[in-house]
Amino acid sequence: MKKIIWMFGFAATVVAALALAQGIMPSLAASPGDKPASSATVKIDNFSFGPATITVPAGATVTWTNNDDVPHVVTSDDGKMFKSKALDTDDRFSFTFTKPGTYNYYCSIHPKMTAKIIVQ
Amino acid sequence: MADSIKDNINKDGIDRRGFLQCMAWAGTGVLYSVHGGILKSVPLLQGAASGMDMEKMKGADFSFIQISDSHIGFSKEANPDVTATLQIAVDRINGSAAAPDFLLHTGDISQLSKPSEFDTAQQVLKGAKAGRIFYVPGEHDVLTDNGQQYLDRFGKDTKGEGWYSFDHKGAHFIGLVNVVNLKAGGLGSLGSDQLKWLQDDVRNLKSSTPVVVFAHIPLWTVYPDWGWGTDDSEQALGYLKRFGSVSVLNGHIHQIMQKVEGNVTFHTALSTAFPQPAPGTAPSPGPMKVPADQLRSVLGISHVNYVQGNHSLAIVDSPLA
Repeated sequence: MKKIIWMFGFAATVVAALALAQGIMPSLAASPGDKPASSATVKIDNFSFGPATITVPAGATVTWTNNDDVPHVVTSDDGKMFKSKALDTDDRFSFTFTKPGTYNYYCSIHPKMTAKIIVQ
Repeated sequence: MADSIKDNINKDGIDRRGFLQCMAWAGTGVLYSVHGGILKSVPLLQGAASGMDMEKMKGADFSFIQISDSHIGFSKEANPDVTATLQIAVDRINGSAAAPDFLLHTGDISQLSKPSEFDTAQQVLKGAKAGRIFYVPGEHDVLTDNGQQYLDRFGKDTKGEGWYSFDHKGAHFIGLVNVVNLKAGGLGSLGSDQLKWLQDDVRNLKSSTPVVVFAHIPLWTVYPDWGWGTDDSEQALGYLKRFGSVSVLNGHIHQIMQKVEGNVTFHTALSTAFPQPAPGTAPSPGPMKVPADQLRSVLGISHVNYVQGNHSLAIVDSPLA
């Protein structure tokens, strides 16, 4: 949840800069009166992301939960857009997708684990 | 699969009885000895003291022990006390008839790269009676700060993310790192910088020099569906083709496998923490749970097969059970 808190905490002051920096429309940034953003979950079981593909609306927050006995690291394919810390058993990681597109990601220590988020 | 070892079809000196005698449990190391450049291996059971073990070690130029996948910090059902089993492994090392010249730890020292986990591992391993411990990182050891902590503790004076080489009594040892900068959908990776270094490192060696390469993830394709292989290992092995004897030692898969290809012998070691399933026999390569009273003596999770000098294929890739 850290990512969301960070986004909202800075929203009032740096939303414009952030929007520019990430190339997103300012209207997608959170502001008082907006409907609660939608959310989706991805579970990590047996070295795989489930569901392997999910479709969410722009602004949705996706939360991954690691149910495995081994750590996993949720990482965007470019390694930059998002990267969780090492998620131990039951640890969670959340990221808010503000811009439409297809986001491929993987586990950076078990790279055979691949999946994607489609943001509409 | 038990049928396949009723007879010694590979003429490698191991019949079914010998095979059963040689099977090992989670919590062991592997004792290697070098005889004129040819590596022989013995899993450490009740100390490497059985007649069979001693026979194999006779006339060795020197010996060293590979220990792997300690996963200090792991506390799940498959082994709630990985520190205790690492300690037992150290006790076995110290109980060896002849002290090894050094240890090779082939990675996954820790579970989550936590300082406390590294502390514990170092404390236990300090008790091993061996000249020195050489490490390469596993993916579990580089989970924070791009592996800086690993380098500070275990990889001083190494290149890049922790690769290096050294010579010992005429043999050339090369520690490689294939657990960083992994690409989506891929396997383990050495990367171009390391490959270039490797090429330079062996350039001036005589082809008769015995070469021992060690890295965490197997440098041969054991089971790509589970990521048990290294994308650019062929390039690395290409640089070693001209050598008469190349031995490749890996961990990561928590079971013993061996294979011979030309002049290259591949070995993977057991974990000291928990077993993992044979390729394809479980939904995932996650820790294999066995009854607690069987953890230290369970059979059939690790496969041992010896290659006695000849180049017979010695890979056994299915469980006994």
